[in-house]
Amino acid sequence: MPYTELIHKYLRHNKKFPHVWCPGCGNGIVLGALIRAFDKMNFDMEKVVLVSGIGCSSRLPVYVDCNTLHTTHGRALTFATGIKFAKPELNVIVIMGDGDATAIGGNHLIHAARRNIDLTAIIINNNIYGMTGGQYSPTTPFGAKAATSAYGNIEHPFNISELVAVAGATYVGRSTAFHAKLIDKLIIQAVEKPGFGVVEVITHCHTQYGRRNNTPTAVEMMKLQQEKAVLIEKAKKMSPDELKGKFTIGTLVDRNLPNYCSEYSRIRRVALTKTDK
Amino acid sequence: MDHKRQTLFIQGNEAIARGALAAGCNFFAGYPITPASEITEIMSRELPRRGGSFIQMEDEIASMGAITGASLAGAKSLTATSGPGFSLMQENIGFASVTEVPCVIVNVMRGGASTGLPTNPGQGDVMQARWGTHGDHPAIVLSTSSVSDCFSLTIKAFNFAERFRTPVILLSDEMVSHTREKIILPGKDEIEILNREKPSVPHEWYIPYEDTEDGVPAMAEFGDSYKYHITGLTHDINGFPTRNPKEVEAFVKRLFRKISNHKEQIQIYENFETEDADIIVIAYGSVARSALRAIKIARKMGIKAGLLKLSTLFPFPKSEVQNAASKAIKLIIPEMNTGQISREVKKAISDCPVEVVKLNRIDGSLITPKEILKYIEEVD
Ligand SMILES: Cc1ncc(C[n+]2csc(CCOP(=O)(O)OP(=O)(O)O)c2C)c(N)n1
Ligand code: SF4
Repeated sequence: MPYTELIHKYLRHNKKFPHVWCPGCGNGIVLGALIRAFDKMNFDMEKVVLVSGIGCSSRLPVYVDCNTLHTTHGRALTFATGIKFAKPELNVIVIMGDGDATAIGGNHLIHAARRNIDLTAIIINNNIYGMTGGQYSPTTPFGAKAATSAYGNIEHPFNISELVAVAGATYVGRSTAFHAKLIDKLIIQAVEKPGFGVVEVITHCHTQYGRRNNTPTAVEMMKLQQEKAVLIEKAKKMSPDELKGKFTIGTLVDRNLPNYCSEYSRIRRVALTKTDK
Repeated sequence: MDHKRQTLFIQGNEAIARGALAAGCNFFAGYPITPASEITEIMSRELPRRGGSFIQMEDEIASMGAITGASLAGAKSLTATSGPGFSLMQENIGFASVTEVPCVIVNVMRGGASTGLPTNPGQGDVMQARWGTHGDHPAIVLSTSSVSDCFSLTIKAFNFAERFRTPVILLSDEMVSHTREKIILPGKDEIEILNREKPSVPHEWYIPYEDTEDGVPAMAEFGDSYKYHITGLTHDINGFPTRNPKEVEAFVKRLFRKISNHKEQIQIYENFETEDADIIVIAYGSVARSALRAIKIARKMGIKAGLLKLSTLFPFPKSEVQNAASKAIKLIIPEMNTGQISREVKKAISDCPVEVVKLNRIDGSLITPKEILKYIEEVD
């Protein structure tokens, strides 16, 4: 479908544009990927719920013409858990920033993965707190400058995809804003996979991160994404030396584990057979 | 829930769980904490066999998020906690309040601040129940003083939540929740159950936060095909964020109006021998039990004492308290805190000549009938 038609079909007509994001921000690229994925999956949008927390990235759902819920900072997964468990036929997709998902909401993230509830979490990782003015986040690189690390960050970053993989996610995919078409593909895989799926999108906040770290434009930052990202299939054939300073993209984890809602249906049947009290 | 009446000998917490199930609760999310854990445990056993859903979340912040999400998907949802967990829930209670999501939060109060006295009763969370989440917002807060109250007020809490699209806080305390008493459960057809109003208009006409006369807009559930936006940001009638002062003011006013316009329906209280009373005790929770005993003894001694027992703490039953103040010479307000409701009473009756006496215990012990009686006698 041509883009203009996609936009008319999937974005809200009654929501005032322009959007809130800076020109060149990666959040719009993720929004584009999401509606392309919706179109390819031929989704009934009445059954889709987009849930987000607080942050620049969490402003994404409001533009999409479906059920949208903009919650509190870090807690999107808890609301999404309630929605999915109460009405499993809904497709629940959660949009979070790196601070939202791994700082204030870090506990919910690992538990959603461990619990393996059938949700898709799209984590837009720009390595910074964009909305509040560029303070360092749990994914800000060691040494990087931020509004609260003017002398260089002395904390060590999370690798979000590895974190959710060890916490139990059944699907983990990673892309960058530069590899836009790959995002579509990973979103479709994550949504179609039963259980907790995560798509991490490495993106840029040139406004708050780039300008403090010698890459003040979106184009420069996207070039870095292009240079540093290596497809997982290719990475398998590379030596550790060759992989230094790079990160892998593509489908990182894809496994089958019992998921919470279907296990709970079994519990309902078991509970019926017990007649104490 | 059985169709026939049933006589049982059960704990307050069990009565709360049974009340919730009778009200149609089909979703529970919680995190264990003394003295509320029995509610969580009972719901974990009872919900699945009724086709409902139980989930133990990673903390109380998550529990409050989950019950709000579930309600948006059409469930009648509940969580239960005590002070420390209630503190953690506050931000998301505010979210449910401004997004107008029906749900019920039970706080079985323990003694003290912080970890406090986990196995003692207290009434220190009254003001937190009213104002715990930040910003101006209305609140419905109920208080139980017996096992029978635990059942009936839990049903009321769900009914108010559904009718007025708001979180409702039910305060119990360790004493009420852990006391076993005889209770006669009503039959199914004796229980009034209210459900939220759903929109019936075509999709294009639905205004999710419509400023109606009643103040309570119809609520579509996710999947109902009314696609709309929900946000904790201050929003316009369509649900989209707004900073337009006119829209902001209209929204906040409607939130308050939907409760204040119906306050007579929400304010539950009971008068015991207050008609000719010179001395009226105003009490709630487990303290109301001691107060009832105290006024009965006082009557036998020839003292004209009465009790106004409050089951609804907020919206504060101002006119009924004024009514008591106009009859009596003295009001006695016993509380297991430093005087949280007495402040509301004083505010309500500032133009009355009546004397107000506080009786406070903050040591984790119950206020006994004897202590209240002493105050009644002193007054006389
Ligand atoms: C409880 C709470 N604490 C702090 C904030 C302030 N706050 C809003 S967004 C944000 C960080 C956003 O960063 P991130 O999640 O990485 O998203 P981004 O804006 O970069 O997309 C913070 C700290 C808040 N809204 N709520
Ligand atoms: S501050 Fe950063 S994350 Fe936020 S809109 Fe601007 S570029 Fe995007």
